Amino acid sequence: MLTHTQARPLIQERLGISATGEGPLLVVEAPPDQWLALGRFAKAELGCGYLSFVSAVDWKEQGLEVVARVENLEAGFALMMKCKLGAGETRCASLVPVWRGANWMERECYDMFGVSFEGHPDLRRILLPHDWEGYPLLKSYAVDTPHPPYR
Amino acid sequence: MNMGPQHPSSHGVFRAILTLEGETVVAVDAVIGYLHRCHEKLSETLTYTQYPSIASKTDYVAAMTSELAYVRAAEMVGKIDVPKRAQYLRVIAAELQRVASHCLWLGTWCLDMGGALGGGATVFLYCIREREDVLDLFESLTGARLLYGFHQVGGTRYDIPAGWAQKCRATVDKIDGRINEFESMLESNAFFMARTQGVGTVSRELAQEVGISGPLIRGSGVNYDIRRAEPYSSYEDFDFKVPVETAGDCFARYRVRMIEFRESIKIVRQALDGLPEGPISSRPGVKSVGQVRIPKGEAYARVEGARGEVGCYLIADGSAKPYRMKWRGASFSNLAVLPHIIPGHKVADVVAIMGSVDPVFGEVDR
Amino acid sequence: MEIKAPTPQIPPAVWTEFKDLQEWEKLHQERQEGDKHSALFESITEGIFNFPGGFVVTTLADGFLNWARKSSVWPVTFGLACCAIEMMATFASRFDVERLGMVPWASPRHSDLMIVSGTVTIKMAPMLKRIYDQMPDPKWAVSMGSCANSGGPFRHGYHVVKGVDRVIPVDVYVPGCPPPPDSLLYGLLKLQEQISHFRKTGQRAAPTEKTD
Repeated sequence: MLTHTQARPLIQERLGISATGEGPLLVVEAPPDQWLALGRFAKAELGCGYLSFVSAVDWKEQGLEVVARVENLEAGFALMMKCKLGAGETRCASLVPVWRGANWMERECYDMFGVSFEGHPDLRRILLPHDWEGYPLLKSYAVDTPHPPYR
Repeated sequence: MNMGPQHPSSHGVFRAILTLEGETVVAVDAVIGYLHRCHEKLSETLTYTQYPSIASKTDYVAAMTSELAYVRAAEMVGKIDVPKRAQYLRVIAAELQRVASHCLWLGTWCLDMGGALGGGATVFLYCIREREDVLDLFESLTGARLLYGFHQVGGTRYDIPAGWAQKCRATVDKIDGRINEFESMLESNAFFMARTQGVGTVSRELAQEVGISGPLIRGSGVNYDIRRAEPYSSYEDFDFKVPVETAGDCFARYRVRMIEFRESIKIVRQALDGLPEGPISSRPGVKSVGQVRIPKGEAYARVEGARGEVGCYLIADGSAKPYRMKWRGASFSNLAVLPHIIPGHKVADVVAIMGSVDPVFGEVDR
Repeated sequence: MEIKAPTPQIPPAVWTEFKDLQEWEKLHQERQEGDKHSALFESITEGIFNFPGGFVVTTLADGFLNWARKSSVWPVTFGLACCAIEMMATFASRFDVERLGMVPWASPRHSDLMIVSGTVTIKMAPMLKRIYDQMPDPKWAVSMGSCANSGGPFRHGYHVVKGVDRVIPVDVYVPGCPPPPDSLLYGLLKLQEQISHFRKTGQRAAPTEKTD
């Protein structure tokens, strides 16, 4: 069985990215064009079948960063995948073809940050109403933005 | 057919739009978000001292574990040690909370399948009776019945009062005996067995891909329990069993939860036996709201809540408030499995499947 | 055959037609045009009331009807958030609200009381209003918990309605986060007291010092 010590050189060899992080937590930062390839590699070769979450972080001027955490339950290591989209960029490849559970999580991410996942089968708002304007978790969005008719 | 958002069996505000062919469901569109309370945005405006009591409002049926997830994330980023006594107190609180939460689950689930159990409110009333006993313990520990504010960064806020340990032991003994009663009542009921066995089967692969956790994934044959996989808060000191069933249906999930009841009670007894002396917080006297500052960094802390993996991904920027907090609700992922398993079942089974998933909508919508 | 899941339809936001809450309450308290039966009933009761000595009959009938109303208030099981769990505890074994004549009922069409237990969000508000509209008159609403009273700890959130009284008229506010079953029971007893002050033709009592 693949352990996290063997996984590190494998990532380096296949994708040319060195994994940081301590112990059983591997942190991999991929460029946007390698995002889907990293996902497929993590599932097929690292055996990370368990999808923990997909989310995003707004780094103000530096743009959005998509974060996903997957896990190999048998070997007990986790892979934190990160992808900086770049300033003003909102497009990202979807992970739904790899993990079915990414469906709702990417919808939530779209809802909150406006990241449009390409290849997502059904990208629409999930938590907020369909006629909502704006993306609440962006740093430019004030927490108490009023929404008529309820001030 | 529209189901919800106000539906007595949906345990909250959930809307399912079912496409039917006769009595059989062929497609389901789940609409959530009726309880979206902006937790993630609010946490960016609240300090590390203020937020734990709000964190308990995410999973309000098991408030202790959701507080614990947030507090652990802050401790992991700030590398703050927790005294042994506080760790044990956290374990006792978390396990009692699991008992209370499972009581509520069992009661409401049987209430939903009501007619089949011959006046289904019976089990509900019994379960609430046991739950009230546990809530009494929490009330004398923290002063609140449902949302506690028991944890703080670096330890716990309250120590156990005098005589609490004896009361706690008596309560768990009482509940331990009554679980057998529930089991014999339900498992000798042919209707109950017919409505749960073979209904809502989640395969092992689907369970992993969707990322369901807790009793659901253990009911699908995956031996995954965070208390075992990544022991936190001194869980490595306790001797307990992780129940795994392979069938993946509603009955398997029921069995897993019934065994978890007993394991939780076992852990509570062990923790009470081995409760060490010492301080309850490594940051005693933290009073002002801005006093806890966490250095720059990020961490993902996860705990095994009553419904599964409750995770908190925290990015700190050195101030008294987090830069970004992502809440990974167990129920959110657990509920995401519904569109995959409901098609093919009858309408009446939808209620049984929903109940066995045990969603808490505060955590789904956050 | 492949059936595509339908796109969920959000009901039109009818409350936008109202300027403020006062206008909204007026609509609920005024009788609709062309309601002949109520008009007839009202003229009969007015006639009896104005007949010399007739007030005795209406007062006695009032007393009887209010006693009947207040001792069979059926709340609709409408759980929103954390407070719903405490509401369930109130309905269940230990606190047993049924001894006050309250039977939790799963259908708004047969209920008299709506306990708004929890945070009302902007997405939920139209549904809440629709359920309130489906309840037959006379009806009451209890706002349970600080979220329903004012938004509570989530008041500053972008998706939270700052108090359910911006959506429906409320009779009793129960504070607490969440209110323990004891306080909810106290609130319900206060509501019963308020119902017993109900006026003769089914109008809400004017706020007095005692009831409000």
